[in-house]
Amino acid sequence: MAQTTPSAQTKPTRRDPRQVARLILPYTLLILLTVVFVAPLLWMLSTSLKPNFQTTQFPPNWIPQDFSGEGYSTILTTTTQNPVLRWFINSLVAATAHAALVLVTASMAAYALARMNFRGKNILFALIISTLFIPQFVFLMPNYLIVDSLGWLDTLLAVIVPSAAGAFGVFFLRQFYLSLPQELEEAALIDGANRYQIFLRIILPISKAPLATLAVLSFLTSWNDFLWPVYVLLSPQNYTLPPGLSVLQGAYNTNYTVIMAGGVLASVPVLILYLFAQRYIIQGVSRSGLKG
Amino acid sequence: MATQGIEQPHIQQPPGRKPSGSRRKPTDASLLTPFVFLAPYLLLFIVFIVIPAVFGIWISLHVWDPLLIAKPWVGLQNYTDLFSSNSTTAGPFWNSMEATGKFTLYSVPLLVVIPLVVALILNQQIRGIQFFRAMYFAPYVLGVAVIGVLWRFLLDPNVGLVNYYLGVLGLEKVPWITALPWAWVSLVGATVWWTLGFNAVIYLAGLQDIDPELYNAAKVDGANRWQRFVNVTLPGLRPVLLFVVTVTILASANMFGQSYIITKGAPGEETTTAIMYIAETGLQQFNMGAAAAMSYVLALALLIVSVVNFAVFRNRGD
Repeated sequence: MAQTTPSAQTKPTRRDPRQVARLILPYTLLILLTVVFVAPLLWMLSTSLKPNFQTTQFPPNWIPQDFSGEGYSTILTTTTQNPVLRWFINSLVAATAHAALVLVTASMAAYALARMNFRGKNILFALIISTLFIPQFVFLMPNYLIVDSLGWLDTLLAVIVPSAAGAFGVFFLRQFYLSLPQELEEAALIDGANRYQIFLRIILPISKAPLATLAVLSFLTSWNDFLWPVYVLLSPQNYTLPPGLSVLQGAYNTNYTVIMAGGVLASVPVLILYLFAQRYIIQGVSRSGLKG
Repeated sequence: MATQGIEQPHIQQPPGRKPSGSRRKPTDASLLTPFVFLAPYLLLFIVFIVIPAVFGIWISLHVWDPLLIAKPWVGLQNYTDLFSSNSTTAGPFWNSMEATGKFTLYSVPLLVVIPLVVALILNQQIRGIQFFRAMYFAPYVLGVAVIGVLWRFLLDPNVGLVNYYLGVLGLEKVPWITALPWAWVSLVGATVWWTLGFNAVIYLAGLQDIDPELYNAAKVDGANRWQRFVNVTLPGLRPVLLFVVTVTILASANMFGQSYIITKGAPGEETTTAIMYIAETGLQQFNMGAAAAMSYVLALALLIVSVVNFAVFRNRGD
């Protein structure tokens, strides 16, 4: 179609010097911005690999003069007050369990809400969705008391379970299930399959992409959660990394190689996840934006 | 665009369960089946959302210390205390509300405009768009704890990189953490750095959804770049813009980690945000009734801001 419009004639070729000149400004801006976003992360990495006395030397060495594992060996061997390795494992367990719980509960509920007919379905869905608009801080006090009465205070259950009640997963998967053709289930029903078989053998296998998106987003949210773990995880051996990092910052005050090593440890898993699941994460985010 | 049309065919199904309807609708063998599918989620939903939604109001009507057996009913006193000059909580609470308000006021315009500019640059036929987009979004996948300790180090008045490079440029050292207005500049700056990519990605998806034919038509009509931006891009982005503004206001109202880690609420209590004060009051001093009441007042303030926001966007549409 583009060839028939008049604008096609003004479409510049690749060699056009005016077009090249026009690209210099945006590319300069884009590369400058890339430096702004990446340099602080590189500084964190670089600092974590220096002996501590070199972390505050100026002019700064972006590449360490002497490489040192001092920061990492400190955080990986302290076990009593700041068991960082333990926090890392706690974070891994909590985020994985949280993502799994979200996947199981949200995929089942979303399936019922998208593909079955029952009384009160629309009211129930409206009720669930309406809670998306309640700011989370309103639940802070009551959920603290509920978690306490369940005996979950100072356990990982407190950071795994309550946050899985959020409506986002149900909303997100329901939207996908609605887009599937009705014929999928009809054929299976005629063949005598029941709802459970259809869900497990037909619906879940074709939902891999949205399930992966939801899993990754849930993992990230849980891994990075800060406020709630600060107040519900009380003893050092039960911390996850975010509250742990803030404690580490206080304990190691000016020992920047240790603090930055902790920061790197908390960043590496999510950055690796981002590297491999970038498409899912960015699509998940931009799609949730278009819904709003 | 396509996602919105998808719902239609299913919504039109008759609500009743009469078998006389078409055979096209799969019938559920058991009335229980939907319930079985819903049960696990509903259990979580009831225990951690429905019950707390009601329980929170109940707490706010008491003096509630979980360590004490007596939790006397005080009616609305926790609320009226927040508006009375001789209560101990009113002063610090409104200070913290003011801090959250300031942070919102400073950060939201930047986080609405800068990501839009970035998205507009990326949306030109530029090579490597995926690469740049991925780089800008990267800080967002890190948690507030990581970016907090990182920026606390970068902004350190004596050993931080930022002051060092200012020195190279011949500028004086800035007390980023300990003095106003610098503490706000630090908190807003770190937040913009952290979340800019998130908003840019949402804008970019919105921009790519605008029909290119509209731009061609505008060009044919002789519209210049600015006119195309005002008459095609902005109207096409309106729902996305509303979403970005709403989400950014909500995130700003929830601000906690940046202040907790970077400035620790200092100087004085100037950067102690509402959430910081509420959490400290309720979950550290265990004055939970008062803290619950404060959280509803903050929610109400947020509601008012959102209503104004929606009204502004609707008027622009007429």
